Amino acid sequence: MSIRAKYEKELQGIFDSLVLMCRHIEAAIEKCVKALTDCDFELARDVFEEEKQIDEMERSIEQACFKILLMETPVARDFREVSAALKMITDLERIGDQARDIAEIAIQFKDEGYIKKLTDITKMAVIVIQMVKDGVQAYINRDLELARSLDATDDKVDGLFNKVMADCIELVKKDPDNAEQAVMLLMINKYLERIGDHAVNIGEWVEFALTGSHPKKIK
Amino acid sequence: MDNKFNITVKNCDLYYGDFQALKNINIDIDEREVTAFIGPSGCGKSTFIKTFNRMNDLIEDCRITGEIKIGGENIYAKGTDVTLLRKNIGMVFQKPNPFPMSIYDNVAFAPRTFGIKKKTELDAIVERSLKQAGLWGEVKDRLRKNAMGLSGGQQQRLCIARALAAEPKILLMDEPTSALDPISTGKIEELINELKVDYTIVIVTHNMQQATRISDKTAFFLLGEIIEYAKTGELFSNPKDKRAENYITGRFG
Repeated sequence: MSIRAKYEKELQGIFDSLVLMCRHIEAAIEKCVKALTDCDFELARDVFEEEKQIDEMERSIEQACFKILLMETPVARDFREVSAALKMITDLERIGDQARDIAEIAIQFKDEGYIKKLTDITKMAVIVIQMVKDGVQAYINRDLELARSLDATDDKVDGLFNKVMADCIELVKKDPDNAEQAVMLLMINKYLERIGDHAVNIGEWVEFALTGSHPKKIK
Repeated sequence: MDNKFNITVKNCDLYYGDFQALKNINIDIDEREVTAFIGPSGCGKSTFIKTFNRMNDLIEDCRITGEIKIGGENIYAKGTDVTLLRKNIGMVFQKPNPFPMSIYDNVAFAPRTFGIKKKTELDAIVERSLKQAGLWGEVKDRLRKNAMGLSGGQQQRLCIARALAAEPKILLMDEPTSALDPISTGKIEELINELKVDYTIVIVTHNMQQATRISDKTAFFLLGEIIEYAKTGELFSNPKDKRAENYITGRFG
């Protein structure tokens, strides 16, 4: 096997692991939100397991990247791709933490019924799951357009975040007894919004890997 | 030649008989910087580096057109003092090539050639040059011993000391560490980093990591042409030319 072929094989290994890590993250977000909507505590506990897996995958991908940096001393796009993978897994790991945080809150809710419908929160979850998938797919398929699209998608998440926040404020104003749930829902709202931000970071690393520079923020 | 020692090359072509070894080379090399030349074997790096001190003059059938200016003066102009040019432009080769004489005489060779006879003066030059080359501590007690008895790494640093003794302004290095072990290589790389404060250094290297470690700018050569010339960090992290990228990432070459 030529040196180049060996390198390609190692890089493919990292791609495969990233896809697997991404699947665990999708499952973690899906489960934590479902645990919330269905008041399913068992499902919330599953998220803790997923999060452990995600942490382990971060370590193993990190090791694989270190090994490539050490053994192959890659340059040019090879170097940027391995560096981007190293940075991306930090964002992915944080997303895992946030899913866990949501699951922890879900466990605290009792069968008391919610002060508001969870439609917007569910919508946010669906969008951020797609964003994470798109980020990882953009990396693997070297798809610059898809990577760049994440920023615009994040605006939708931010819109929902603001809506949920306004609703919660209104509910507390109406009845101070709503405050406890409102605060918890706000936290969940914030975690989901942060997941969107991490997905945007992933897109930016993909852009760096492909072009050699970070996107310029116009905001 | 005035006090500036930058190198400017315009439309340089070089032929060995019918074979064109360099094709329309244009490059500006800044003084007090390290410039690395990289590229596959036979791409013209060594041929090009030798044009700076007119070593190609010694090769029959070698013909150069275009303009090579050092410090603003055309070094191929009629009336150029080639001996003075070579005094100002030191060269270190791939294989250490000490003269079969004492360590002292190796270093004193150039100053003697340029007329320095006083022992105290020569002693001072020898000490200063060996210190600059980071060799003084290892050889100060055996300056009269034959240079051939030194290790490869020491011989190469002796060759650098010998070049420095002529008080050059530019140092040309043609794969100076390819025959050395990692420790000697490290010493020479450190030395290059120290010397660039005073000297303009041009180095040919096949070791990409070496180019990234020590050079400010890198030129990638292919089939007698400069394909890409950029800041080293830029060339190795984000090369603009596909051929340069393919070479440095090991896809060919």
